[in-house]
Order: sequence, then structure tokens, then C-alpha cells
Amino acid sequence: MGINSVSTKLDRRTVIKAAAAAGVAQFAAPFVISARAADTLKIGMINPFTGVYAAVSNNELIGAKFAVEQVNAKGGILGRQVELLTEDSANDVGTGVQKAQKLIDRDQVTFLMADVNSAIAQAVAQVSNEKKVLHIVPGGHTDPITGTDCHWNVFRVCNTTAMEANSVAPEVFKRYGKKWYFITPDYSFGHTLEAAAKKNLANLGGTVAGDAQTPLGTTDFSAYLIQAKAANPDVILVLPQGGDMVNCMKQIAQFGIGKQIHIAGLQQEEESLIGMPPEARTGTWMLEWYWKQPGVPHVEQFVADIRKRSGGHVPTARTWFGYTALWTFKLVTDKAKTLDAVKLAKALGGLELPPEIKLQPNKVYYAAGDHQLRTSSFVGHAVETPASADPEDLFVVETVVPGDKTSPPDTETGCKLTWPA
Amino acid sequence: MTQLLLFNITNGLMIGAFYVLMALGLSLILNLSGVINFAHGGFLVIGGYIAYTLEPYLGFWGALVASPFLTAIIGLAVERVLISRVYGRDPLYSLLLTFGLAYILEAGTRMIWGAQGKPFTIPEFLSKPISNEFFFITGYRLFMVLIVAVVVTGLFSFLRLTRIGIRIRAGTLDLETVAGLGVNVRALRSLNFAVGIFIAGLSGVLAGGQLGLEPTMGAGLLMPSFIAIIVGGVGSLAGTLVGGLLIGVASGLTAVFYPSASEAVIYVLMAVVLLTRPRGLFGEEGMLT
Amino acid sequence: MNEMNRKLSILAAIWVALVCAPFWMPYVGGYTALGTRVLVLGLGAMSVNFLLGFTGVLSFGHAAWFGLGAYGCGLLLKFVAPSTSLGLLAGTLLGGVMGGLLGALLVRRRGVYFAMVTIAFGQVFYYIAFQWSSLTGGDDGLRGFERQPLHLGFATVDILSDSTAFYYFVLVCFALVVAAMAFILRSPFGRTMLAIRENERRARFLGIQIEQHIWIAFTLSCFFMAFAGSLYALVNNFADPLGLHYSQSGNFVIMAVLGGMRRFWGPLLGAVVFVVLQDYVSSITINWQIFIGILFVLVVLFFPRGLLGFLQQRKRA
Repeated sequence: MGINSVSTKLDRRTVIKAAAAAGVAQFAAPFVISARAADTLKIGMINPFTGVYAAVSNNELIGAKFAVEQVNAKGGILGRQVELLTEDSANDVGTGVQKAQKLIDRDQVTFLMADVNSAIAQAVAQVSNEKKVLHIVPGGHTDPITGTDCHWNVFRVCNTTAMEANSVAPEVFKRYGKKWYFITPDYSFGHTLEAAAKKNLANLGGTVAGDAQTPLGTTDFSAYLIQAKAANPDVILVLPQGGDMVNCMKQIAQFGIGKQIHIAGLQQEEESLIGMPPEARTGTWMLEWYWKQPGVPHVEQFVADIRKRSGGHVPTARTWFGYTALWTFKLVTDKAKTLDAVKLAKALGGLELPPEIKLQPNKVYYAAGDHQLRTSSFVGHAVETPASADPEDLFVVETVVPGDKTSPPDTETGCKLTWPA
Repeated sequence: MTQLLLFNITNGLMIGAFYVLMALGLSLILNLSGVINFAHGGFLVIGGYIAYTLEPYLGFWGALVASPFLTAIIGLAVERVLISRVYGRDPLYSLLLTFGLAYILEAGTRMIWGAQGKPFTIPEFLSKPISNEFFFITGYRLFMVLIVAVVVTGLFSFLRLTRIGIRIRAGTLDLETVAGLGVNVRALRSLNFAVGIFIAGLSGVLAGGQLGLEPTMGAGLLMPSFIAIIVGGVGSLAGTLVGGLLIGVASGLTAVFYPSASEAVIYVLMAVVLLTRPRGLFGEEGMLT
Repeated sequence: MNEMNRKLSILAAIWVALVCAPFWMPYVGGYTALGTRVLVLGLGAMSVNFLLGFTGVLSFGHAAWFGLGAYGCGLLLKFVAPSTSLGLLAGTLLGGVMGGLLGALLVRRRGVYFAMVTIAFGQVFYYIAFQWSSLTGGDDGLRGFERQPLHLGFATVDILSDSTAFYYFVLVCFALVVAAMAFILRSPFGRTMLAIRENERRARFLGIQIEQHIWIAFTLSCFFMAFAGSLYALVNNFADPLGLHYSQSGNFVIMAVLGGMRRFWGPLLGAVVFVVLQDYVSSITINWQIFIGILFVLVVLFFPRGLLGFLQQRKRA
């Protein structure tokens, strides 16, 4: 026996049998995403369930699944039970496009929801537009989706970066001062966030102390933070999202910068707040939806229902996106009494969400001109120790700004809808 | 300006120290067994998550000590069951095997601990900045450098002074002769792999304290380790040490003038080394050709 | 004669299956776009195999040329001219030429070190595509172009909205490249490649210029790969850095090995199995990556000669 010999106690057959058995087990609950039955009305959801956006994608899915339960309990859509088919775009545009084609061509979905990743959302929008399928984007933020790159069949639930900036910038300016330093993630979402914030700043009469473009996936922000501190601004705007946000805030806390300079930003997410160590949870932000809304009808029930389906966790804005997107299909088909995509798209323009869906105080509706949901912004600050008994109560809401106020009029978003003949 | 420069070089050395830790484990495995361990990042992540799970019971220090050992045990099992079967075969197969392993580890981590990022708490006194002058250096970063220094010293002493260490070094030069001399090469390789994974697990705990834990964090830390090995020279641990520090410093220096290129510069460095001295700074001609 | 007839009938069967794919695929739960994707990725796997299986050179960063092909095609379509054929040409040239240049630097290395260096260089290109966002769109990828209708003189083929027409377009491209590959492999040059694979030292003693041959084989495979990449950009109307990443390289290699490295059609079979499996499993469970990883492991441990190799062994036994 040489040094490189292989002792095979396990022979090929045994291993294959074991692997097959283990494999078959995967095709049973709880790992199964969805089964495929006949004669149901199929709705497709494409999201990056693997990769860096897995957590937020999963929350969107929880919201959508709960909506399916409720819709089916009410008789489904136009009398047919709804079936949700989910596909993983794996953060890869090619895969997203492929899954979109699969859902539409092979699985014959009537409606589509995609994608957290803005680039994938746009690519899938192209496919859904070609195939004339009604498409709602629950959580992809880049402005062109309901702006320069809008389509007649595409609608969006979450805020645009312009809306986010408009909601929180005036507050930050009023409270902290006029000299701002920007830490911007170097990709299109970051750039649009920054541009929107800078526009607000200019309108308010402030100045830009400087800005640092950080590559996606930056783990060490110290070089940028030194520069920021040297520029002596009134407030540092932290625009990176997800893991980058968590790291940046941690390092800000570690270096004690927050003691000398105010920290603020635009979009914040509950998922990021949960991922931060307590001392990093500071700053003024906006959330797109928050679970603690005392006095607003139906919210408590929603939170309780979601807790049962998410292992005890509270719903986040992402949960609400998935929930709203799916419910929208039911609302608009009930209104227009058809499955024709063009008629539905026309009926969706101006559609207002009822209280049990919008789960917030202000008027929430889909604008006809750019297909953007006029949803509110929850402006407030993050807290180091939970605000109440619940460990996930990490944000204190100060004002809820209506979507009507934060969104530019649909003539200004650059969206020109062309309808099919 | 001088303070900025000084800070960034120091910061670069600290980052480099971390790269060194990752790269050393990778280098150890590569040198003796000729296996490029693509799954190294995956073991790093597992090390971090195991520490996260143990922390409530053992505290930070307990988790710091226990996790690398547990990770090494997992690594040992993997080596015995899977990796040992591809020794001596075309390097293609070890590449594919560890590649597949990386997929399994990442998906497995997500399955067990979930996709949501998890914060990993480090002791209070470590997360404070050191002083107001060198104010951007936290105790934790110094702590990491300290750990790296301890590990490096320990590793080099192990390899130079203990019998097993000498056998490992001999094995990297001529494994057949070592076998011929009656050494149990199988056990040697297993131990070597376990040591490499131990270091990976330790890197994971340290990274977790710095960056928080997330199933996909391993992949991004793998490439700099690769480059550290290529720059320093394949087959030489001293080279890996120098390579890691070098790319860290290069990265830090670039951050002074052109922060967004601070990652790109390590690739440029690699290209320069490959063009001018392909075997790396300390590499020897003919090591793994 | 029997052997010859057998080979011809297998070849005929393969082509019949490919040509009729849009018709039989829906019956087995497939869809035309999936077939197009299989063809493109299969071509990529065959390009890697040109180097791996037939020359014995382990390039694990070959996706770089794939990605460069995609970007070249996309950039041309977006900024220069709305022409599908020019796009294909641009992409192929970009990937092929860069590959050739880089290959010249790398030919002296072999084995594990060569693999490491190709991975590292592949990542350099990934990194450039990621960082140079003003040109490539960075992490968001290159958008804003789409495949243009083909003007064939006597007819205009709309390959944008007609998936079947596009499938046949890709099939024709596939056939052309595959024919070129087969031609090269049968030529004296191809024989030399095999000789180098079998025993490099002996080949050198025979007076064969090893480095030169390897470089030519490398460059050729880069051109083929870049062509596949350009097609991929047309499939997605999109190019992004992930196409350059080493995980993509790894996928191509596993397709080649899974199907059978030493067989011409092996990689295509590997691509069929891999793409279909991934498509199917990722629809069913979020943990599909584990299955892909297990597939890698099983192939390496138990099917190193791939499916075709395994079938051949069964026949002999």
C-alpha cells in the first residue's frame, strides 16, 4: 500500500444510495419551497434567497405567503385558489432572467414579483414586459424602475431613493446642521441615494463637506472615517446598506465618532439593526415601515400573525412589501374583474390600499403616472437598548411622512409609459 | 499628512496580519498535500459561527479557545473522509472537491444558523479606542495582531523544533523519502490539515468579532490569502507571512491617496510579482511547478 | 466498420435531439430558454475541455474569457452599433486576445500553480469589471442593450422576442464552433495536444515545442470561450461581473468532468445534467447549493471519468 492509496470501505453503490436517500429527504417539508398543483392561479416570486440578500428576501417571502393564506381564505383570486411559486435568483441576473422565463413559459404564472436586487428587477421587468405579464417589484429600490426605465406592466411597492431622501433630509438639516459628509456605496443604488440627498441639501441651503465612495463589500471603513472626521462636518450620512452598513456603524461606534459628529442616513432596515451590536445602534434614519405603530388599526394583529409564521420575529418593512405586493393582485383583480394584464395595469393606477393592507396612518396608493406606491416614510432614530420589552424594538419612530409629500410628482420622475396598442 | 500616512501604514499592517493568519493555514495545506483548499473560507465561517454559539456558555475567551479546536476536528473528519481520497491524483480533483465543499459549507451554515447576519460580541475593553492620538486603533485590532503574532511564533516553533514539525517540513520537500523513512504520512497529512483548519477557525472567530457573522463572508476573505501566497512564493511559509503583510501595507498606503483602489492594488501587486519574479518573493523554482 | 457506423449514428442522434429540442422539451418539463442556456454553457464547458481534457492543462479561471466575451458583445451593442454579429465578433476578439496575451505569461507554469495563477488572474478581471462601474456598470452590470434582429438579406429574423428563433440561432453558432473544434482536434495540431497531455516529457524529447503548442491551444480555447460568453450576453441582454467569477469557472470545469473530460461531447452532456439539475433543484429547495456541492464531491470521488467514461467502463466490463 503506497502513501497515496485509497482505502474504499464505502463502495460506490452504498454512497449513491445514501446520497439519494438524503436527497429525497430534502424534497419534503420543511425544506420544500413550493409544490406545483394544477388549476390554481399561479403567482411567481423571484428573489435572491441565497447570497447576501437572503435574510431580506426571506422576510418578503414570509409576508407574501401570509397574504396567500388570507387571499385563499377569502376565496382566492376570481374564484381560483392562489399558488405561490418561488424561485431563487441567487443574486445573478442570468439566473433571474432564466427563472422569469421558466415561470412565465413553463409554469404559466399569471403574475410576477421580483426582485430585491435592483439589477435583476430591471432585467426581469424587461422579460415580463415582453411577455405582457403584470409585474410588481416588492423591494428593488433603484429609481429608474418607476422612472426613466418604467414599463406599463411594472409597479413598485418600496420607496424610491428620492422619496427616502425627501423624507429624512429636512429633519436632519433642521436638527443637526448644514455641513454634510457622505459615505456612499459605489453602485447605482448608492449613487441615486447620494444624488437625492445632495439635491435636498442644496435646496435647503446646505453644503457638502465631502464624499467617499466605498466599494461594495468594504469591511474596513477606517480610512473613509478619518477623512470624514478631518472634513469637520455637522453630520455624516451613512448610505451603505446591509452588511456594509453594519460594519460602518460598528466602526463609527468603536472610534467614538458619534460623540463628536452626528450620524444619520437615509434608508435603514430592521434586519441591519438586528445584526448590529447594541453600541452601534445610533443615528437618525428612515424605515420604510415599522411594526410598532400604537393606535394604527390592524397592525398589532398583523404583527401577531407574522410572529406565528416567522419563529417569533416581528415583521419588517420587507415582510410588509411581500404582503402588500401579493395582496395588490387580489385587490386589482377584484376591482377590474379580469386577468387581462393591460386592463389590470390601467385599473391599478390610482388604486388605494385599504387599512388592513396598508398598515400605516396615511393615504397609500399606486400613482397612475409612474406606477410607484405612494407609501409613507417612518423617520426616527435607532436605539442602543430596546425601546420596550421586545428585543427587536430597536427604532423609535418620530414622524410618519406620507408618500404624497415625499414623492416628486409623476411628471418629474422621468417615466413615460407606453401602453400596447 | 504624516499622521495620516502613519496611521494607514499601521492599519495596513494590522489588516495584513489578518491576511497572514488566513493565508498561513492555506499555505500549510498547500505545501504538504498539494491541495488548494477552496473550502478554507467556509471553515473560517464555521469557526466564527461555532464561537457565536458557544459564547453564551463559555464567554468570549472560552469561545475563542474552544472554537478553533472544534473547527479543526470537523476539518480532520473532512480530510479523513473526503480529501485524503484525492491525494496523488491530478490536482484538478482536489480543486473540484474543495470547491464543492465550499458550496456545502456555505449552504450548510445558512441552513443551521439562518441567513440573518449575527453580531458577535467582544469584551467591552477591547472595543474601545486606544488613545486620542492614535484614535482610530481599537483595542480589538491590537488584540488581533497579538493573536496573529502568537500563532505565527507558535507555528514556526512547532515546525522548527518539534519532531512532527520537522517531518512536515521534510514532507513538503520530498514526501516519498519521508514515507520511506517509516513516517506515517497519512497521519502527518491529517495533522497538517487539522492545524491549517485550526488557524482558519481562529481567523473566523477574530473576523466575527470585527465584521459580524454572515454565511457568505468566507469567499471574500479567500482571494487575498491566495494572493498573499502567490506574492510571497508558493511553498514558503515565511514568504506567505511577508506576502500577507505586504499586501496589507500596500492596501493601507493606497487608502491614503485613493481609497477606492485599496483593494485593487493587491491584484496589481500580484500581477507585478508574476511578471517580474514568477516564483514569488521567497518561492523556490520547481515547488509545485 | 461497426465502430464507424455506431459513432455516426450517435452523432446523428445528438443532432436530431438538439434540432428538435423546442418540440420535445415542454413534454419533459423544460422550456426553450432552458435549452438555449444549456447550449451556451455547454459551449463554454467544451471550450474549457479543449484545454483540460485534450491538452491536459488545468485552467481554473477560464470564466474570465467568458465574461470578457459577454462584456465585449454588450459594450459594442450598447455604445457602437446595434448589430448582433458585430457584437459577437467584438466579444470573441476581446476575450480571445486578452486570453492570448495572458497565456503568453503563464505557459511556463503547470499543475497546481498554473491553476492558482489562472484563478487569481480571472479574479483580476472580475475585480476590474466590478470597479470600473462607469464603463461596465459595476455590480449592477451592463444593461441597456438587447439582441438585434438578424438581417439575412432574404429575411429578417427576430431573435429578441421569439425564443424559438433565438434557440436556432444559438444552435447554428454552436454548430459552427463545435465543427471548428472537431476539425482542430483531428488535425496534426490536435494530435500533438493529445501527445502533450499523455506525456509531456516524451513529447518534448520528440522535438515538439511544448510551450508554443500550449499557448496556441490556450488561446484557441479562450476564443471559443469568449464566443460562448458573447452568446450569453445575448441570452440575458445583460453582462455582469459574476460571469467572470471563479465560481463560474468552477461550474464549467465540473460540467466537463461530470460529462466526461476525454470525450468530445462529454462537456455538453455535463452541461445538460448540471443546468437542468440546478434549474430543477433550485425551484424546490433553498438549500440547492448543498446539492451542487454534493454533486461536485460525488463526481470527484466516484465518477472521475464522468458519465460518458462510466458508461464506457460498464460496456467493457
